[in-house]
Amino acid sequence: MAAPDETPRWDERLQRRLARGEETALGELYDQLSPMVHGLAGRVLGDQAAAARLTREVFARVWERPEDFDPAQGSLRSWLGALTHRLAVERLRARRAADLVPTRAAGGTADDPAAAEAATEAPESAEAEIRAVAAAARAQYVVESLPAPLRETITVTYYDGRTYQETARLLGISEQAAKQRMRLGLALLATELAEDATRPDRPRDPDTGQHPDTERHPDTGQDTDCGGRRHEGDGGT
Amino acid sequence: MTTTDDRHDALRSLLGAWALGACPPHEAAELEQHLRACPECAEEAARLREAAGWLALDEPLDQPGSLRQQVLDWCLTRRPAELPVPAWGLPFAAETAKLDALLRDLGPQEWQEVAELPWHGGTEHLRPAEVLGHLTAVDGLLALALGLPDPVPAAPGSPPAPAPEPRVPPQDAAGPSPAPRVPPQGGPYAGIAARTARLVAEQAGQPPGAVRARWRRHAHDLVRSAALAPRGNTPVDLGFAVLPLRDAFVDRALECYVHGEDVARAVAYPYDPPAAQHLRQMVDLTVRLLPGALAGLRAARPEHAGAPGVPGAGPAEEPGGRRLRLLVDGPAAGEWLVPLDGPEAGPPGGEPVATMVLDALELCQLAAAHRDPDRLPVGAHGDRAAVREVLHALPLLSRP
Repeated sequence: MAAPDETPRWDERLQRRLARGEETALGELYDQLSPMVHGLAGRVLGDQAAAARLTREVFARVWERPEDFDPAQGSLRSWLGALTHRLAVERLRARRAADLVPTRAAGGTADDPAAAEAATEAPESAEAEIRAVAAAARAQYVVESLPAPLRETITVTYYDGRTYQETARLLGISEQAAKQRMRLGLALLATELAEDATRPDRPRDPDTGQHPDTERHPDTGQDTDCGGRRHEGDGGT
Repeated sequence: MTTTDDRHDALRSLLGAWALGACPPHEAAELEQHLRACPECAEEAARLREAAGWLALDEPLDQPGSLRQQVLDWCLTRRPAELPVPAWGLPFAAETAKLDALLRDLGPQEWQEVAELPWHGGTEHLRPAEVLGHLTAVDGLLALALGLPDPVPAAPGSPPAPAPEPRVPPQDAAGPSPAPRVPPQGGPYAGIAARTARLVAEQAGQPPGAVRARWRRHAHDLVRSAALAPRGNTPVDLGFAVLPLRDAFVDRALECYVHGEDVARAVAYPYDPPAAQHLRQMVDLTVRLLPGALAGLRAARPEHAGAPGVPGAGPAEEPGGRRLRLLVDGPAAGEWLVPLDGPEAGPPGGEPVATMVLDALELCQLAAAHRDPDRLPVGAHGDRAAVREVLHALPLLSRP
């Protein structure tokens, strides 16, 4: 829901406070971003204990090295999301690799060709599964990373089955603004997810998917009511 | 622009709402008809529908309530804080975070539920956002004591920021705590009731998310300021009691826990009790406030006046005030000696007249008037009347 102080200024102030060793800054960081970090870790790793451990490590890393965050590269939320995602996928790969060791050993010693085949195929299917889990997790994280007004408009509409007119009344915005937020929010979501599919650190077939046109969907930050104008110049039919 | 262009633009602006299934049927029908004729809109529609599909994911794992403390402890072991939060500020930081986590999960309907907030003088009925107003109204008194701005709007026609003088010279740490006043009812609560009313009225038009964000920011600011005043001696006038800041923070933590649970009950969510070390601080404060509540009880109900100070009453013949041994069970276990009689009975001493055993959480719930003193499971030895007196005095520590 609302995260009004999640502006670059909040990020940078918090980073300075973390660097100074203010315990309250650590608490505020946790309060603001732990739902995203823990949710993402849980989605990728699929179990409570592993998600809690990863959450601990992610926050410890920021607390120990706050200077690693570069405000010029984006928000603290997106940096932490990317860090969590990367560590979680690494963890998942390591776990899958460990699971495969006994299979390989069995395939190597037995004369069963099926077992040997399974052993050679397993890494690929495991990798595909990891990709699927990671993409689903990232979708959630992307939704949570949307600018607060967009996220709020979309979630109160979608999860409570409202019409855009009802949402507009509820949030005290114009119907036009509600429609714009929904359209822009979904467009940002679509772009982020398409980008994920072509991200170099996630191995894929080299010839799948073309690079998405990110220029068309600039992140407008908090000010969403200017959204939806990028098609103004589009001609009619 | 032609009429067709206008229509195209109007329909196109609907695409997001349409992808979310948020258009009234006639608008959706018109748009769908347009999509068959307009490849440009159809392409965007498909793209947005696809994106909306990702929203249908399951909820992520629930965050266990104890995780916050675990993560913070883990971090602080690896890099100790240069500016730590004083121990007396930790329960408040943890309880406000816990309430915030509950509120984060509330849907719009749940923000409309009405929570019951019992206290010894009745029951308040408040929506979650109003509960936040109620909490902030009293938290604001701590803000004033710390030199922060008051979150509560000034009463019309009154000078701004009336109440407690900020920046009172700190007391000597070794000195006695200010004696709390716990009068039986009414008057002393008028101040916080009025503050609550003003804040709730001001917040009435705001979306719950904004009220929540404001409360949260205020709580963060309080903890941050507390970290700069680690001795916590500054007196805070709560209207019904004057407490040093370090006690006022524990008081606010308990109140936040109690009302957080009130909200959780209203929306049928589970709510964890405070961490053991925080609960212990709450019990300790409650026990220290108990003598004031006992005095209040005696003033209000003379039948409870079993003190030796009253002629002819009291089983003890020894000089001085009586004491009761309180054994607290559970993770926050401990032992306290509670003076039962006022200062007029002389310094408390001698063998305790009674022993009572009570669970820490139940003790706090009783002090919040969330339990019936006559129905609470209590282990008691010795003077039953003294035990009863304590049980009936505890709820007087509650307020609206």
